[in-house]
Amino acid sequence: MSDHHEDLPPFCHPVSTKLLFGVFFGLIGLTILTVATSALGSALGMPPAFAFPLAMVIATMKAFLVCAFFMHMWWDKSFNVLAFLSSLLFVSLFIGMTMIDTGEYQPTIEAFDINNLANVEVSE
Amino acid sequence: MAVADSHNTHDDHHDLYDHGEFIAHHFDSAEQQFDSGKLGIWLFLVTEVLFFSGLFVAYTLYRTNHPEVFEQAHVFLNKYLGGLNTIVLLFSSLTMALGVRAAQLGRNKNCSVYILITMVCATMFLGVKAVEYSHKWDMGILVRSAFDLTYTHPTPTTEIGKSLHISDYLVYLCVVPALLLAGFLVASVISKLVNKATLAKFMMAMTITVSGYFLGVVIGIIFMNATEGETGSTHASVIVEQPLMLMASTQDDHAADGDHEDGDHDHDKAAAGSSHDGEHADHEEHFGSHPADGGEASFDAHHPDPSTLSRDVGIFFSIYYCMTGLHAIHIIAGIIALAWVYWRCLLGHWRTDYFGPVDYVGLYWHLVDLIWIYLFPLLYLID
Repeated sequence: MSDHHEDLPPFCHPVSTKLLFGVFFGLIGLTILTVATSALGSALGMPPAFAFPLAMVIATMKAFLVCAFFMHMWWDKSFNVLAFLSSLLFVSLFIGMTMIDTGEYQPTIEAFDINNLANVEVSE
Repeated sequence: MAVADSHNTHDDHHDLYDHGEFIAHHFDSAEQQFDSGKLGIWLFLVTEVLFFSGLFVAYTLYRTNHPEVFEQAHVFLNKYLGGLNTIVLLFSSLTMALGVRAAQLGRNKNCSVYILITMVCATMFLGVKAVEYSHKWDMGILVRSAFDLTYTHPTPTTEIGKSLHISDYLVYLCVVPALLLAGFLVASVISKLVNKATLAKFMMAMTITVSGYFLGVVIGIIFMNATEGETGSTHASVIVEQPLMLMASTQDDHAADGDHEDGDHDHDKAAAGSSHDGEHADHEEHFGSHPADGGEASFDAHHPDPSTLSRDVGIFFSIYYCMTGLHAIHIIAGIIALAWVYWRCLLGHWRTDYFGPVDYVGLYWHLVDLIWIYLFPLLYLID
């Protein structure tokens, strides 16, 4: 088959090897960065409130690189991109709604008598 | 109606009657078939994301309510082994993307090489994972209901375990791959003898794929020993440096453990845990036999009851095993899908107008990588 891209059907978009390798080295760099910030952060006493979002930001940058270039999203139909990204909306709803509800049984838990398990089991 | 020359795609943009070898009769053109498949795989990936999100919810919930448990538990995960696996998986993603490119250009031979490398990386990942899992099982780091932390490694009882100084659990985890390795090798030789060259090649590729698992095991052991010291006393150093209230859960009389416990009193929480060691040992036994009571008593993150702490650490590992285990199952499924793509590479099926299956399997493979990208910092890099 020909390497000339004009011979390819319109739905066929081979990504240049240069870009793929660039993305790969970018991902490796970000992996090293996240391990390094984690190790340095704990050594320097970086507060977890800062370390955790940092790790997530780096992970999301990596996810962007994989999605956009390895998964060809950059060139994909916008409907496919929309469909996939909508899953993130549902995930955030799922997590968000559950988090709102997490205190719901707190009174029951506080009333739970740890030294009197027999009573608890009877009441159940 | 079915016009044979489906290579002729550049001048007539897939007219209605340009049906190639692999274009199903219900599709008008190669492009329509490709786009339908692509939409299908994206929708599947959406369900996969939502599938995993259940576990992410469990993670978020427990981490929010019990941040201290995550801080205690993560020292048992080796971040360098996790990092190694991340790089292996990222590399497999690169070779997968190169494989898709080769298929798009109709280069079946190149594609088969890239797919083979991808499969070897996948089994390597599982090999490293097996080293990690068996190491934890040795220490009694199991899911919540079976959690029974001891810092000593049991001496191997199996012959292989004894001669190689590896965990019994690791030996057991190698049984199925060893059988597969032997099976594929024999199948390759037999196929060669009966002159089925393509099948012989496929079986040989599968043999190489499975041997990647053992390569992963060897690399994993080397890497773990390099980052954690001697296998026998692994983690002892970690425990000395980072004493935990986890010590509360060790009920054995090992002299070594006793030494470490003295160090615990530097830390408020740890001191609270270890000073109640003997007192609450029986309680813990009791709780251990009532997993149904599990999470309830432990929700009070502000006033943690020392006697419940070890149970919570078990919950971290329940989440850890579910997340990484489900991910590992996806890796195995990915290898099977990749093997199918490899087989079709050998048959020379991929063409510039027909590479959909490679692309779809590739998208799935990248998603597995994507999930690991999040699992790695969430589980291994908690500080």
